[in-house]
Amino acid sequence: MPESRLGLTLGPLLYLWDEPRWRDFYFRIADEADVDTVVLGEVVCSKRDHFHTGSLDEVAKRLTSAGKQVRLASLALVTLEREMKSVRRLAAQDDFEVEIGELAAHGAMRGRLHAVGPMVNVYNGATARVLARGGATSICLPPELPAASIRAIVAGAPELAFEVFAFGRVPLAISARCAHARLKGLTKDNCQFICGDDPDGLQVDTLDNQPFLALNGVQTMSSTCQSLLGDIPQLDAMGVRSLRLSPQVCDMVEVARTFRDVANRRVVPAEGIARLEACYPAATFSNGFFHDIPGHQQVLPEA
Amino acid sequence: MELICPAGTPASFRDAVEAGANAVYCGFRDETNARNFPGLNFSQSELSECALDARKSGVATLVAINTFMRAGSESLWYRAVDAAAEAGANAIIVADLGLLAYAAEKHPQLRRHLSVQAGAANADHINFLVEAFGIRRVVLPRVLTVAEVAAISAKVTCETEVFVYGGLCVMEEGRCSLSSYATGKSPNMHGVCSPASHVRYRQNGSEMVSELGAFTINRFPQSEAAGYPTLCKGRFVASDTVGYIFEDPVSLDVLSQLGALRDAGVTALKIEGRQRGRAYISQVVKEIRKRLGAMETADPTPPDGDALRRLSEGQKTTEGSYDKRWR
Repeated sequence: MPESRLGLTLGPLLYLWDEPRWRDFYFRIADEADVDTVVLGEVVCSKRDHFHTGSLDEVAKRLTSAGKQVRLASLALVTLEREMKSVRRLAAQDDFEVEIGELAAHGAMRGRLHAVGPMVNVYNGATARVLARGGATSICLPPELPAASIRAIVAGAPELAFEVFAFGRVPLAISARCAHARLKGLTKDNCQFICGDDPDGLQVDTLDNQPFLALNGVQTMSSTCQSLLGDIPQLDAMGVRSLRLSPQVCDMVEVARTFRDVANRRVVPAEGIARLEACYPAATFSNGFFHDIPGHQQVLPEA
Repeated sequence: MELICPAGTPASFRDAVEAGANAVYCGFRDETNARNFPGLNFSQSELSECALDARKSGVATLVAINTFMRAGSESLWYRAVDAAAEAGANAIIVADLGLLAYAAEKHPQLRRHLSVQAGAANADHINFLVEAFGIRRVVLPRVLTVAEVAAISAKVTCETEVFVYGGLCVMEEGRCSLSSYATGKSPNMHGVCSPASHVRYRQNGSEMVSELGAFTINRFPQSEAAGYPTLCKGRFVASDTVGYIFEDPVSLDVLSQLGALRDAGVTALKIEGRQRGRAYISQVVKEIRKRLGAMETADPTPPDGDALRRLSEGQKTTEGSYDKRWR
């Protein structure tokens, strides 16, 4: 059987990690991880920007030297002039491919080729084609899309390369308010970067002790870790071109290896799932969105 | 400033017209609009009739077709745009890029407003869409301060409309999948949030427990009235803190900022609540009209906040993101 065409993309780190940890993480990705593309950049909160700007060039260079395609992502929620300026700056550079987080960035690209991140609402082929006319060449689809929609969108816009959110806590919402800072008795303006205390998100439980959500600054995430590992054969058959792996506090090199092995049919999905569980024991996995049921639920592949 | 009122039924549409709305917004009885609730909304003939009556009174009809088209079923949304045009709507309120492209091509004369569900939170984003699809007005997401609303209104090449009263989205509109994570039904795809079909109340000892899908959203002791389990306004636990982690069960009331919004260059004020009853519409419109009138005549009489507070969900209100401290 031929090897799959499915690529692997390491999505932008959604959490705030301090600079040494951030740099070491990406150095190891450069040296050891079998991924095709690495997306760098802060997409959640512009207040975090300065944490990594000092190491960005060095990290991007190391990734590029290791044969990885590097993309720079723009912010998902842009309201301030300062944020708008950094979007324009990002759009103006041509050292790296840009992944837009909202449509001001799409407009700023002025038709030049770019990628589209999962926070841009692409729910149908017509929307994908509008973005393609404006220079989009690849789109990471919104995580809440069911399989039927993904199939129809891929079929409806064959000129685009589609990616799906295949691993990681799902970014479910973004707000002007920072619930993370508020929980610690702080305001967003004087947050003391408290979200940095929770490098894998801060668990939110229900009053009946059910794990439910996770806080990541202004972003609200799923408590479960989405994994489409068992759905890879279906994704491949639909013509999806790449799987997005979103960094969590676990061995992401092993996560990438596991996804690659399943994508290349070296390992059956069930065995891959067992490997993933061993590699990220803190996680409860889900793929409900893909199966058109509540997102937190999990459907295991038939044995 | 124009006053834009919600209508969930033909009766509330007529009430809004009588109460003094400049425009009434409503949607079809299906998943093409973001208030796809049982027993609400309009058939095409109901819409035609209401729009015709409204026009006679000098009131505009705006049709919200503001969910995102389900891939493979786009024709449902295209037909809704055609139907709004045929019914004589003055504008459609749209979020989906593919649908905007269709409307701009097929119905160039029909005004296009950018829905709050598009989450267009900065001037460049809005101006890009104005240029691409001839957007005439943007409804701004509830993530902005009054100062930011003013800065955007000054820079954009279309009119701006803001929510001033009613339900409050804590998360940026159009970019929230919390509801589908818990229930499989989302605002973007199905036009519902925390849908009643997935709500359950259960007595547990002396407490009333409210659930959404498989999750407990709140527990109410006997001393508290049990509220509706809107996901982002539930009581949860994080880091040993128990409470309303995202937001209290409050609704939006920015009526004290009407002067600032006028000075900000805002064209239209929007009232949320297509799901609310007839009395709500009439009373809210009356109160806002009174305040706008008082502003013009510089009338120092304090407004009757109590009348509105009785109408607000959970009796408590907030200025939300319009007040910088809310963040």
